[in-house]
Amino acid sequence: MEGIIWDGTAILRALIGGLMIGGAAALLLLVNGRIMGASGILGGLLDGSGDARRERLAFLAGLVGAPLLIIAATGPNPTNIDASWPTLVIAGLLVGIGTRLGAGCTSGHGICGLSRLSPRALAATGTFIAAGILTVRAFG
Amino acid sequence: MRPLIACLSGALFGAGLLVSGMTDTAKVRGFLALLGPGPWDPTLIFVMVSGILPMFLAWARNGRQTPVYAATWPERVTGIDGPLMAGAVLFGLGWGLVGLCPGPALAAFAWGGPEVLVFTASMAAGMVALPHIRKARPA
Repeated sequence: MEGIIWDGTAILRALIGGLMIGGAAALLLLVNGRIMGASGILGGLLDGSGDARRERLAFLAGLVGAPLLIIAATGPNPTNIDASWPTLVIAGLLVGIGTRLGAGCTSGHGICGLSRLSPRALAATGTFIAAGILTVRAFG
Repeated sequence: MRPLIACLSGALFGAGLLVSGMTDTAKVRGFLALLGPGPWDPTLIFVMVSGILPMFLAWARNGRQTPVYAATWPERVTGIDGPLMAGAVLFGLGWGLVGLCPGPALAAFAWGGPEVLVFTASMAAGMVALPHIRKARPA
């Protein structure tokens, strides 16, 4: 590691944004009795395995639409993607297959599962973070 | 009411991803650069910790009340098995290559440009493909 980036504004935004993400997950859990997992909600809709299709569509509409409204009001935000087109396709396929095979992603396992003190979510989260770290080390 | 709550949850989730900086792949790749290359960006840790906090309190209601518009809490899935670990490895590989996971990919879908469209379409294709891969190669 070549130093640590300590950016106070970024950390404050991370804490506020994190509370919003956790609040969104808590709302879905306490009212609808559902796990807020992005890959599960989208994947269950796409492969037809999930119930409550209208709820899934409504969730995705909010998830896609709200950031667009904020961007429209406050100006562009960088995504800083620097991958080539073939890498984008391969990475997208890996994320799609991997999150469905492993039954969760950063929101489902990382936020909802860890907060439930689930050993299964801890194993998955530790593994995908470790795999991500090694991938960035190797290809970044 | 349930679709309205789902929409509100999705909107708050997407806004939180934007505010927290998780749609910026440089910050995500910076977190995954714990072993290099370059400096380490700890921002994602703060997002996860403050994201887990409200959910920790929410799970504490389990057993004391039922969800407002549901009869039961989500089933607890247990067991650490091959598909879980293999899926996590594949996901981590794809995550590290670009710096996008499913939530931020969807949050940036409508404004992130052609790169996000190509990534998200490929992700959706992978999700659709998995049941067919499973059928062709039964475990």
